[in-house]
Amino acid sequence: MTLLSLRGLSKTYGTVRANRHIDLDVAQGSIHAILGENGAGKSTLMKLIYGVETPDEGTLHWHGKPLSLTSPNEARAQGIGMVFQHFSLFETMRVVDNISLVVPGTSRALAARIRALGEDYGLEVDPLAYVHALSVGERQRVEIIRCLMTDPKLLILDEPTSVLPPQSVERLFITLRRLRDRGVSILFISHKLEEIRALCDRATILRDGTVTGTVDPRDHDARALAQMVIGREMPHVTPPEGKAPGKVLLELAGLDHRPDDPFAQALHGISLTVREGEIVGIAGVSGNGQGELARLISGETRRHPQAGAEVLMMGKPVGHLGPAARRRLGLAFVPEERLGRGAVPEMSLSDNSLLTAHGLGLVRRGLIDRAAERRLTNDIIATCDVRTPGPQAEAGALSGGNLQKFIVGREIALAPKLLFASQPTWGVDIGAATAIRRRLADLKAGGTGILVISEEIEELFEICDRLHVIREGCLSPSLKVSEIGPEDVGRWMIGAEGGKAA
Amino acid sequence: MSAIGFILAGMLAAAMPFLLAALGELVCERAGVLNLGIEGMMALGAVVGFIIVHSSGGHLLGFAGAGLASMVLALVFGWLALAVRANQVAAGLAIGILGSGLSALFGKSFESQTVTGLPKHALPWLSELPVLGGLFRQDVAVWLGLLAALAIWALLRFTKLGLVIRAVGENPHAARAIGYKVIAIRYAAVAFGGLMAGFAGAYASTVYTPLWAEGMIAGRGWIAVALVVFATWMPGRLVFGAMLFGAVSLSQLAAQASGVALNSQLLSSLPYVMTILVLGVISANRGLLKMNGVASLGEPFGP
Amino acid sequence: MITLVRRSAASRRMAVAAPVAALLVTILLNLALYTVMGKDPRAVFYAMLLEPFISWPSFSEVLLKMTPLLLIAQGLAIGFRAKVINIGAEGQFLLGAIFASAIPVWYPQATGPWIWPSMLVLGTLGGALWAVIPAFWRVRLNASEILVTLMMNLIAVQLLAWLLVGPWKDPMGFNFPQTVMFQWDAMLPTLIPGTRVSVALLLAFAASGAAYLWMQRSFGGYQMVVGGLAPQAACYAGFSQGRAVWLSLLIGGAAAGVAGAAEVAGPMGQLQRSISSGYGYSAIIVAYLGGLHPVGIVLSSLLIAALAIGGDNAMVSAGLPVSAVEVFQGTLLVAYLAAVVLVRYRLVRSGVPA
Repeated sequence: MTLLSLRGLSKTYGTVRANRHIDLDVAQGSIHAILGENGAGKSTLMKLIYGVETPDEGTLHWHGKPLSLTSPNEARAQGIGMVFQHFSLFETMRVVDNISLVVPGTSRALAARIRALGEDYGLEVDPLAYVHALSVGERQRVEIIRCLMTDPKLLILDEPTSVLPPQSVERLFITLRRLRDRGVSILFISHKLEEIRALCDRATILRDGTVTGTVDPRDHDARALAQMVIGREMPHVTPPEGKAPGKVLLELAGLDHRPDDPFAQALHGISLTVREGEIVGIAGVSGNGQGELARLISGETRRHPQAGAEVLMMGKPVGHLGPAARRRLGLAFVPEERLGRGAVPEMSLSDNSLLTAHGLGLVRRGLIDRAAERRLTNDIIATCDVRTPGPQAEAGALSGGNLQKFIVGREIALAPKLLFASQPTWGVDIGAATAIRRRLADLKAGGTGILVISEEIEELFEICDRLHVIREGCLSPSLKVSEIGPEDVGRWMIGAEGGKAA
Repeated sequence: MSAIGFILAGMLAAAMPFLLAALGELVCERAGVLNLGIEGMMALGAVVGFIIVHSSGGHLLGFAGAGLASMVLALVFGWLALAVRANQVAAGLAIGILGSGLSALFGKSFESQTVTGLPKHALPWLSELPVLGGLFRQDVAVWLGLLAALAIWALLRFTKLGLVIRAVGENPHAARAIGYKVIAIRYAAVAFGGLMAGFAGAYASTVYTPLWAEGMIAGRGWIAVALVVFATWMPGRLVFGAMLFGAVSLSQLAAQASGVALNSQLLSSLPYVMTILVLGVISANRGLLKMNGVASLGEPFGP
Repeated sequence: MITLVRRSAASRRMAVAAPVAALLVTILLNLALYTVMGKDPRAVFYAMLLEPFISWPSFSEVLLKMTPLLLIAQGLAIGFRAKVINIGAEGQFLLGAIFASAIPVWYPQATGPWIWPSMLVLGTLGGALWAVIPAFWRVRLNASEILVTLMMNLIAVQLLAWLLVGPWKDPMGFNFPQTVMFQWDAMLPTLIPGTRVSVALLLAFAASGAAYLWMQRSFGGYQMVVGGLAPQAACYAGFSQGRAVWLSLLIGGAAAGVAGAAEVAGPMGQLQRSISSGYGYSAIIVAYLGGLHPVGIVLSSLLIAALAIGGDNAMVSAGLPVSAVEVFQGTLLVAYLAAVVLVRYRLVRSGVPA
C-alpha cells in the first residue's frame, strides 16, 4: 500500500534546478532510503515533502489523495514529521519548551509524555534540561521525540547518522525498526551506503536533481550502489609512501582551556604532536570540542602571554600569538566554515586569495598588486580544478565543493610546513573529496606535517598515520591507524574506553 | 520636600518615556530585529500626541494617535529591514532621521505651546508614608506602564507567544523549519515596538513635560535602546534601569530643590555619561550577553 | 509572489541606477507632502532643487556647505565599511571646533601665518580624541560603538553650551552664548575670490583622494573591508579587529574634527551654539547615499549640500519650514536603502522556473 507518491516534482532556485521531475513512491511501513551525493537535491526534495518549500510543478499524493502543502504545520497535521540534519532546536530553551513550540499541551503534561515516549523507543532525555547542555546525540533524540509526539505516519530523517558514533547509530536503527514495525514509514536520507544496506528496504537514488533508479539496497553491494550514485567508478586514493616522520612541528602538552562562550565546550589536558611528513587525524562526534581546539591551534583564540608555551609550533611558543604570526612560522589552515571564515562571500576569488596569501608578493608598499593577485588566483583555479567563470567570480556564488577546493588550494599555495585542515571534505561531492585527499597525501610526501579534524571515520582511516579521538573536550592517546579498526575509534567516541583520563 | 522625597516622587514619571520605549524595543529585539529608529519614532509620537491633546482631543485619543503614527513609521522600518532586507542599522538610522524631521515639521506651529498633563492618583495608605509616599502618587499612565512591564515579563516567560518570539529571535531558520512565519512575527514585533515608542513620546510631550519644544526627546530614545542592553533583554531589570535613569534625569531639579549649586550642563550630561558607563560594565561581561542575548539580532533573514 | 534572488555578482548598472531612482521617488513623495501642506510644489521644486545650481553665488554656498559634509562622510564611510558604525561625527565635529577655537580664544591678539594651520591640527586632534572613548569601549569593553558615540554627541553639545555661557563667553557679547570674533590670521584663506569657499574644500578633495587610495587600493583598507563583510574571516586571516575599530573611529573622528575646525575658522569666524547645524548626522546620510564609495560620496555630498541651501531658499521664497530638509533627507535615505537591494538581488516572480 502506497503512503506517499510523487509525480514529476520540480523545484528551481534562481538558475539552479535542484529537483527535476522526481517520481517517488513510499510504501506504508517501509524504511525508504534517498541516496545521493551532496548537491544531488536530497534536501530540497525533503523540504518539498515537508512543506518548507512549494514545488514549481508536479503533484504529491498522500494516502492516494492529492495534497498541496504550503507550510510544515500542514505537513505535520497530515502526519508528516521531519528530523533535520542541522537541528532546528533552540539552545537557550529547555527540551520541553522546544517541544511545546510544535506540540500543544502544558509543560507538565508534555514532560510526562517525553519521558514515556523516551522509554518506549529507547530515546531517553531529560525534558527539563536546557538544549545547549545536551550532547549532539541527545539533541537528535529530542528532534525525533518532537516528531513522534505529533504521531506521524511518515518520518523524514535527513542524514541522521552523520552526527553519531557507530554504537549510537546501531541504537538509532533499533528505534527506527521499532517504529517501522508499528506501521510508520521512514524516509532515510544518507550518503552512507553500508548503513542503507543494513537498514532500508527500498532506496531511491538521486543524481543532479533527477531520479536515476529505485532498487532494493540489500540486493546490491556498496560498490554497485556507489556507481549508481556518482554515475561512474568509485575513485580511490592510494596514499603514497611518505618518509619517516621527522621533526616535531606542533606540540600541545596538557592544554586546558575554558572559552568565554558559555555554550562552547571546555578543553581538558589536550596533548598532541604532529611531525614532518605525517598526517594526524582527530576523530569525534561534532560538538565535542573540535571547534575550540581548532581555534587554539590556528591562533583565532589566543592564550594569555604567560601561556605561550602551551602551544609549540616549529619549536617556538605561540600560544599567545595571533593567526598572522603563526602563519609566518609556516602554518596554513583550512577552517571548517568556508563562507564567512575561510572566504568572504561578497568578495571575488582574487580578493579571497589575498586573505591569507598576501605574503606571496601580492602587496607592495602597502598597495595591492592586482595583476599578481589575479595570477595567483588563476594558478589556484587551474591546479585545483576549481569550476568557476574566473578570478572575478564572487566566492559566495561557487558551490561548496568548488569553494573548498579553492581554499585548500590557496592554503597549499602557501607551501606550509604545517597544514591544519578542519573537516576538509565536509559537504563536498565524492570527486572533489577524492581530489582534496590526494593533495593532502602529496603534501605529506613532500614533508609537510598535516593535522586533520574530521567526523568521517572512513576518511581518517584512509589518509592518516595516527589518530586521536576527541570527546567532551578530552583527547584520547595517539592511536596508530595500522593497529586499530573503526570499532576502537567508536569506543573512544562514546567514552567506553579510557574515560576522562586521556 | 527633601531631595530624596522629590526624586522618589518624580522618578517613575521621569522613567516612563524610557520604560515604554525600551519595552517595545525589548520585544522587537527578542524577535531578532534591531530598531535604532526609536528616537525618531518617539519624536513623531510626541508631536502627534501633543497636537491631538492640544486640540482638546484628550489624552486617550492623543496616546492612540501617537501610537498609531509611530507604528506606521515602524512598519516602514519593518518593510526595509524585513521585506527588502536592508541593513538594519542603516534602516534604523534612516527612519530615525525621518521621524525627527516629521516631528519638527508637524510641530512647527506648536512651538512653546502647553497642554494640561494628567492628574495623579494616590494609592491609599502607601501614599501616606513619609519620604516614600510620593512614589505612590502617580498619574494613570504610570500605573498602566508598570502593568505593561509586568504583562510583557509574563508574556515572555510563561506564554507560548513569548516562546515563539524568542524562538524567532534565536534561530529564525529553525523557527521557519518547524512552521512559524518568521517575517510576519517580526513585523508584529516591530509594529509593537513602534506603538510603545509612540506612547513613550506622547507621555513625554503631554504628561511629563506638557510643553512642545522641537527636539524635546533629547536622546531618550537612544537611552531606551541602551537600556535594553543594560537589562540584558529582561523586563524586570528594564524597570529597574528605567527608574535609575528617571532618577538621574531628575537630579538637575533635585539639586535645585536641595539648594546645591551644580553646573546645569554637567547635570544634563549625567544620563548620557551614565549610559556610557553602564554599557561598558554590562557589555564587558561577554558570557552574560551570550547567555541572555538574542542570537540572530540585526541579521537579515531571507528564506 | 515576488521574491529576492541573489545575483552571482553585484550589478554595477544597478549601483548607479539605484541612487538616481531613489532621488526621483523622494522628490515625488516630498512634493506631494508639500502640496498637502498647502505649499506650491512648483515653487518649492524650483527653490529647493534648481536654484542652488543656477547662480554662481548660490552654488558657491553649496560648495561651502559641501566641504564639511564631504570631509566627515569620507571619514565615516571608512568605518562603516569596516562595520564600525560611528554616529558620533556630530560630537567629534564639535570637539574639533572647540579645540581649534582654543587658540583665538586664549590668544586673541596673536598674529602670524601659523595660526590657522595650527587650528586645523588641533581640531583634528580634538575630533580624534572624542572618538577614543567609544573605541576603547568597543575594543576593551565590547560596548556598542553606535550607542556610545551617540551619547558622546549629546555630551559634546552640553560641553559646548557650558563653554559658551561660562569660561569662553565673549565679555563684550551682550551675554550671547558665543566667543569673541576670531582675528584675521585665525581665518582660513579664501579659495575662490568673492565667495566664502575656503581652502578647506581642497582639503576635502584631498581627503577624498586619500580615502580612495586607502579603501580601493591599499592592503590596510582591504583588511578593514574584510572585517566589515566577514568578521570571522578577518579573525581567521589574522587581521586585528581591534586595530580596525581604532582606525575607523580615529579616522572618522579626525575627519569630523578637522571639518569642525574649518567651520569655526571659515564661515563662522567664532565659536557659537549653531556651529554644526547637524553636519555630523547629515554626513551619515551622505556616506550611505554615496554607496560608502569615495567617488559616490563626492556626488552625494554635493547633492545633500545643495538640498540644504535649497531648503533655505524654499524657506524664504515658499514658506517651507527648515525641517522639511530633514524629512527630505530621511526619505531619500529610506528610498535609497530600498533601491540599493537591487544591486545584490534581483526580483523574481516565484513559481516560474527560470
